[in-house]
Amino acid sequence: MKNKAWKPWALLSPSLTAVFLLLVVPVCFVVVYSFWLRSPTGQDIPAFQLGNYAKFFEDFFYPSILLNTLRVAIETVFLCLVLGYIPAYFFYKTESRFKPFLMILVMLPFWISFIIRTLSWINILGDSGLINHLLIKFNVINSPLPMLYNEGAVIMGLLQYLLPFMILNIYVSLDGIDKSLAEAAKSLGCTEWQAFREVTLPLSLPGVSAGSLLVFVLTCGTYLPPMILGGPGNEMIANLIFKRVVGTLDWPFGSAISTILMLLLMIIVYTYNRYMGINQIFKTLSSK
Amino acid sequence: MKNDLEKRLDDVVENYKEGNISRRDFVKFLGISGAAIGLVGGPLGLVHKALAAKSITCHSWGGSTSEALRKFAFDPFTKETGIEVVDAAFTGMDAFLTQVKASYPPGGEFNIAHLSAVYDYARYTDLGFGVVLDESKIPNLGNVMVKMTETLRAITKGTLSAVPYDLGQTGIAYNTNKIPKEKAEEMGVSLLFDKSLKGKLGSWSGDFRTNMWYAALHTGQSPNDIKDIDAVWNALKEQQALIKKYWASGSELMSLLANGDIDATVAWSGRVAALQKEGHPIGYLAPEGTYSWMEYMYVLKGTDLDVAQKLLNFMLEPSAAIAVAKGQSYPSSLDPTKVPMPDEIKQLPAFDPTGKLDGYLFADPVYWNSHQLEWTEKWDRIMAGK
Repeated sequence: MKNKAWKPWALLSPSLTAVFLLLVVPVCFVVVYSFWLRSPTGQDIPAFQLGNYAKFFEDFFYPSILLNTLRVAIETVFLCLVLGYIPAYFFYKTESRFKPFLMILVMLPFWISFIIRTLSWINILGDSGLINHLLIKFNVINSPLPMLYNEGAVIMGLLQYLLPFMILNIYVSLDGIDKSLAEAAKSLGCTEWQAFREVTLPLSLPGVSAGSLLVFVLTCGTYLPPMILGGPGNEMIANLIFKRVVGTLDWPFGSAISTILMLLLMIIVYTYNRYMGINQIFKTLSSK
Repeated sequence: MKNDLEKRLDDVVENYKEGNISRRDFVKFLGISGAAIGLVGGPLGLVHKALAAKSITCHSWGGSTSEALRKFAFDPFTKETGIEVVDAAFTGMDAFLTQVKASYPPGGEFNIAHLSAVYDYARYTDLGFGVVLDESKIPNLGNVMVKMTETLRAITKGTLSAVPYDLGQTGIAYNTNKIPKEKAEEMGVSLLFDKSLKGKLGSWSGDFRTNMWYAALHTGQSPNDIKDIDAVWNALKEQQALIKKYWASGSELMSLLANGDIDATVAWSGRVAALQKEGHPIGYLAPEGTYSWMEYMYVLKGTDLDVAQKLLNFMLEPSAAIAVAKGQSYPSSLDPTKVPMPDEIKQLPAFDPTGKLDGYLFADPVYWNSHQLEWTEKWDRIMAGK
């Protein structure tokens, strides 16, 4: 029998080459740059030194933005989970013939540019936006509510971006659960709520954790919602990297911050893999 | 290359006639030679050269600015010379500088950039991205305000890597429905630090200089020679608590003012003029010491200078320059004492009828660039409320 082990690798080679050239090589460049120096005029000076990393940790300003990013990411994950589980569970339970249409509605936002979707919140939450306009018109309030340019608006922008990822992950996980299991639990005396809590919910946890990881990682690297919808003090780590790289041409320091963020996310993904198994994400996405 | 190939072809014909090489080898050599001439020096080479000479890229600010350039300068230039001007837009000066830096050494991707402020002229020059223009090929440069060209010459040791094209100010815009004109004029710069406007003030996130400039004026200091830097930082920290939004682009500035989200902010004079044209209740204040700047067409290393100089001269033709100035709402760099200006230009903010720009305060590039890294980082901290 001929050895066919090379065949999968041959089929994978275009993808692996693309990943290597478009992801691994640029990331290596970023890591190398993080050890370089910046000249006063903005030129990069090849070197090997840890000054950029020391600068990040030497006062609390930069770590505080990183911690703020992590806090916003956790809040976003929690809200996505609460808001995402309900529609995912509905899709799982419903027998409606409109189910495919409703599923398309979840994915509909992906058809519109992310920046347009984010900008549209200005017309909804702004001082002269839709909500304030209606509230003032019906004499509910006298002056506009400050709904825009604060952390709440940033989280709102993140939710509209990330909620579909959470819903789809949870739904795919729920869809793989045999419905007769919950029925069996009920036939043994469980209430509807108990059947959900003891059977359905635990079995859907792989989807919950996969969606949470995805939302968390995407939030940590997001840049647009804080920039467009945030106010003073709502900056996240990606905005800081942009400012260092673009604003001050300090590529070495920007690379060091990027590397720190990347390492942190790698630790989180590693921990997830250790306890949940990273393949759960793929299982969830491929399960019926 | 072509001569070398011809010589070798003669040698091969000679050898073929003398029977030293076979007919098959002779034909094979003819084919290879033909392909080489075609690709490098023949018809394809000519096409390559023609394409290289028939287009030049100009990066500008997008929106109404790029539209005015395209309509009144680039399209007529193409019509007259057959040279295509590729109209490109950058998201900001810093982002563009990053792109240029990333593509260094230059390969002709970036040709002309519509840059703003003298400190960036110095930054691009310090990074080695500049050229030396042959001014004899830009005769219309003689109509440009002398102070503008001399300011650039001082940085590039008597030469020019750019031609000044327009000027403007970063003054103060305010909502006339919310802030009476008298109050705005009486408060001047302090309007930007007025505690009664808490939650209704804006400022530009992208430039530490603009913010420090007005904080310096607010604390009674010269912006180009700040003695008490702590007073400036403290003023900006106090202002941060009053700010609703640090805007990042001209369109965001206009949106915030037009929608009434903010009542006062630093603002680019041309953008305010555009809002006023649209009928929004926005006033413009240019108190003493207002931050003035000039914009120029910077030619980047690796550009075909003959084409660039031809385009720049065309853009400085009074008819083209005035039409562009009207379109983008910024006065032209042409000296009004040499080139008569229409009323529409005379009414624009920052217009100087004397052409001497004596009362205009520009940022000292040496002073500001020497503190750029340190002050940008400090400014980032203040914006973040740290």
